[in-house]
Amino acid sequence: MQGGGLALDLNELYTEIITEHSRSQKHRYLLENPSVTMRGVNPSCGDDINLSVNIKDNIINQVAFTGEGCAISQASTSIMADIMEGKTVDEARRLIKKFIGMIKKDVTDEKDLEELGDAAAFENISNMPARVKCAVLSWHTLEEAFNKTKS
Amino acid sequence: MNKYINDFPLLLQKDEKNRRIDYLDNAATTQKPETVLDAVAQFYRTSNANPHRGTYDLSIKATEILESARKNVCEFINAGTENAVIFTKNSTEALNIIAQSYGSTFLKGGDHVVLAISEHHSNLVPWQIAAKAKGAEISYIYTDNSGIIPPEEIVKKITARTKIVAVAYVSNVTGRINPIEAIIERAHKIGAVVVVDGTQSTPHMPVDVSKLDADFYVFSGHKMLAPLGIGVLCGKKKLLENMPPFLYGGDMIEYVEEQTSTYAPIPQRFEGGTQNVAAAAGLSAAINYLNEIGMSNIQKIETTLTEYMLEKLNNIPHLKIIGSNKPEGRIGVVPFIIDDVHPHDIATILNADNIAVRAGHHCAQPFHAHLGVSSTCRASVYLYNTMDDIDRLAESLKDARRWLGFGSKRIVH
Repeated sequence: MQGGGLALDLNELYTEIITEHSRSQKHRYLLENPSVTMRGVNPSCGDDINLSVNIKDNIINQVAFTGEGCAISQASTSIMADIMEGKTVDEARRLIKKFIGMIKKDVTDEKDLEELGDAAAFENISNMPARVKCAVLSWHTLEEAFNKTKS
Repeated sequence: MNKYINDFPLLLQKDEKNRRIDYLDNAATTQKPETVLDAVAQFYRTSNANPHRGTYDLSIKATEILESARKNVCEFINAGTENAVIFTKNSTEALNIIAQSYGSTFLKGGDHVVLAISEHHSNLVPWQIAAKAKGAEISYIYTDNSGIIPPEEIVKKITARTKIVAVAYVSNVTGRINPIEAIIERAHKIGAVVVVDGTQSTPHMPVDVSKLDADFYVFSGHKMLAPLGIGVLCGKKKLLENMPPFLYGGDMIEYVEEQTSTYAPIPQRFEGGTQNVAAAAGLSAAINYLNEIGMSNIQKIETTLTEYMLEKLNNIPHLKIIGSNKPEGRIGVVPFIIDDVHPHDIATILNADNIAVRAGHHCAQPFHAHLGVSSTCRASVYLYNTMDDIDRLAESLKDARRWLGFGSKRIVH
């Protein structure tokens, strides 16, 4: 038996939500005077994003990014930007934790995942181990950005 | 159907959908024939002991297996009498030995180390470290847009300040066979030492190290049917004899006193610690397998496959081959991109059809920057691949854009 190609179903991976978000230009721009910027890179496959965030009175007003990468990494970044705008930093941190929890299959309750919105599209990415790091890149990068503002 | 495929058990396996793996990642590593697998098992079953140590028969047998593998390697690349063959873990380790033991010893401030921009990180990063330690500089021979080294670049970049030239015989990104004879001739004319990374040449074409007159020549066994964990550093004895050891410890010493030691002669001086004799036996069996077919015949088989792959890929809309899209002057390594589909997504889509290719920068980031692409997909053949493997690749690639939402999706049942 050869593994790898069997557990995955491309129909489940390249859904409309993901392919459309991967091309979305909504958050793809350079933010002027961002509160914080952070670069996130997957050296093995070349996903490379530059995230910039505007935070005022602890509220995330804008999330923008530039860079390039596979459809999964780009869609995940776009979806995350959508979700995070308007949230407090603490809420955002909680959602990052929940997203990573979902990927790791620690959080599986559908109701619990509702607040992740479109990001729930990545629920089964762990069936495709080679692509997990693409899906989580922007979320880890945002968390690092928050840590940078703290220090 | 290629008859050699029957010698490779992994390639004959079928998956749940009754498909063989379409293995096109041979530039990364190759599959192993039965004879190689048997040689490894046979060593452990019948001859396992620590070589060079015991005075008992079994240890002598292990030593003989290691030394007969060395002899086989010497003949395979025609090391001749001027060169010695040292076993390493792989090309990376061999290149680190040269950069550290030769580079860091003999480079001086202001010297130049000349590399090709197409080098694999393993023939680039070790030189950055050695050059930095000695205040030397790295300068690059640039390729044209097709990945070809223009003759004038060789003359322009290899100058009186050049002490070391380190270049791959064949690029692992584009498959281009570099003008290594011209590079060696130029380097020797001005007195520089030449390191040839033979990782992608040795498995695919006849190589004559004596005729090339390379000062150092390295390759990995696992890219030419041998097990993982065995590589070769072939070097001129007169250079090796003046280099300090790389790994200090057992097996590489002559006399050890409380405060000082003297070292064993070449090649043992560079083979600290117990060697991977089983893998050396496997490498020897791999060489026997390749010799039986003949390296010239292997080159012919692969040229036919490469011509067919280029023809197929050149006809896929939105697909662009990086480097040259012609079959001349290359081996069967073909990098490509598809409009609007990231290489990593292409690899995932191919994987769903049980096709294995590499996606990314192939350990050559400066070269990708030079060619103006961030990453590529890379299909690479070996002697066991079939025309059917290429057809499967081409069919699957035709669907790649549709999966990403360009045109209607294919329904998979």
